[in-house]
Amino acid sequence: MPDTILVVVEQRECKLNRVSWETLTAGQALAAQTGWVLEAAVLGADVANLANEVAAKKVAKVYAIQSPKLEPYTPDAFSAALKQFIESKQPKLVLMPHTYQVRDFVPKLATAMGRSAISDCIGYKHEGSKLLFTRQMFQGKFVADVSFAGDAPWFVTFQNGAFRGDKVEAGASAAPVENVNVQIADGVIRNKPQEVFKEAKQAVDLTQAEIIVSVGRGIKEQKNIELAKQLAEALGGELAASRPICDSGWLPMDRQIGSSGQTVAPKLYLALGISGAIQHIVGMKGARTIIAINKDSEAPIFEIADYAVVGNLFDIVPPLIEEVKKAKAGG
Amino acid sequence: MKILVCMKQVPQKDAPLKLNESGAWIREDVSYEVNEPDAYALEEALRQKEKHSGEVVVITSGPARAQQVLREALAKGADRAIHLEDNAFVGLDALNTARAFASAIKDEKFDLIFTGLQSDDYGYAQTGVVLAELLGWPHATIIMQIEKKDSGIRVKRELEAGHFQFVDMPLPAVLTIQSGINKLRYATLIGIKQAKNKPLRKVAMSEVQSAITGNLQEIERLYVPEKTKNTEFLEGSSAEVAKKLVDKLRNEVRVL
Repeated sequence: MPDTILVVVEQRECKLNRVSWETLTAGQALAAQTGWVLEAAVLGADVANLANEVAAKKVAKVYAIQSPKLEPYTPDAFSAALKQFIESKQPKLVLMPHTYQVRDFVPKLATAMGRSAISDCIGYKHEGSKLLFTRQMFQGKFVADVSFAGDAPWFVTFQNGAFRGDKVEAGASAAPVENVNVQIADGVIRNKPQEVFKEAKQAVDLTQAEIIVSVGRGIKEQKNIELAKQLAEALGGELAASRPICDSGWLPMDRQIGSSGQTVAPKLYLALGISGAIQHIVGMKGARTIIAINKDSEAPIFEIADYAVVGNLFDIVPPLIEEVKKAKAGG
Repeated sequence: MKILVCMKQVPQKDAPLKLNESGAWIREDVSYEVNEPDAYALEEALRQKEKHSGEVVVITSGPARAQQVLREALAKGADRAIHLEDNAFVGLDALNTARAFASAIKDEKFDLIFTGLQSDDYGYAQTGVVLAELLGWPHATIIMQIEKKDSGIRVKRELEAGHFQFVDMPLPAVLTIQSGINKLRYATLIGIKQAKNKPLRKVAMSEVQSAITGNLQEIERLYVPEKTKNTEFLEGSSAEVAKKLVDKLRNEVRVL
């Protein structure tokens, strides 16, 4: 029997999370290269419809792993359900998107099975008979190729945006769907989650902005935010920031770009003093043009910048504001 | 409440990093600092202790240099420290790091264990959750608020895209703490003085050896990321750079 790759897709409120298609794309590519069989699973209280949706893609089989105890999500229930399922099916490789939910339960699941997870991967390599998973380290300054040294099943999570969800291949015909009813004993679930909510209403919708001027730690002090604000105003854009700036209270949380804030894809993203930690990059790498100004020539932000300026933003931004104003005035 | 805070020493954010001869790790002659989310985890533990009394213990693993993280934590108000001291701890995967910690604290009785939500070096975001599973405790990740209740705690989890969720859970429990949950304090001069007399227990690799195995995953090589974009570097005086940027904004980006 050939080995199996199992992709566990993610659903929320009975809708598949978009990033699930990215992981399925990765699974399809891996299956094509290794010759392994690709299967998928979706977990929830009632996920037959979602399983059918996945079954339209190029997969050998889809499992609807169901229990009323899987709703709402808890790490205890998800880990227990997947452990039962994976132990019975013995896939070689288990792939999931690196979402907040997955990172909440995958380390528990892998540990419960005496296995390990390579988390937050951005790609893979198939070298000879060896599989290597590529992940960022040191805040994106380096990448590492990591291999499994222990027994399968091997758990891998892929970063949001690592693969193209719109490239997922459709199947020639619908794949078979199997319902798997898992038993989760009383007392397994210890956490009692309440309703998901949104803090305050977002005052600014940065996703609609065409031009964003964003500040990071390099801005140094709260009073210097004014400089970035002037540049944003001169360009007719919105002001945004990386997480540390909002953590410090220098700008409100609704101005934050990144995995815990907003994801944007403006025409222009001008990054001032932003080093480019992974958590920030995932929120803005879809920008059409990225300009980065940073004093550290090795800052990871330069890896994804179209135009880069290595220098002190306090020297460059004031004349830049003047030049922009001149240009706008028809100079 | 008796709280353990797992802390890690990582290279400073703007430290220039170089590969070592093995090509699978960095040269370690760089400046280090405390992993930022761990600093918030410590602060939260200190605040919980101030509210509910109890004890704050800090733990780290790594070579002698890592003791600095513990000294700083003691100066800020932690009561005692545990140092798993050996350079070999640096290369352990998340599972084995958690196993070593679990072994080192097996005679202790904590109500809560905090970790930062992830480290700035490996960035696995796993050690805290793995530790919870090894101990058989419940956990919650990416925590922005902790409130003690009669029957346990209520925590506020951060979810994606500005969403949150309150979760009620029993104690003991493991929580991974998000940056920005609180405002960090500075160590006082008195605190720094007092830290010198606070207990620091050293744990040798040999004491936890039986709890760990070989890594279940290995870094085969480490390298500078392959560039996917053709980045154009604009050079010159500030005035020249400003002019060049405006030229790009007008003619290439077409936003002016």
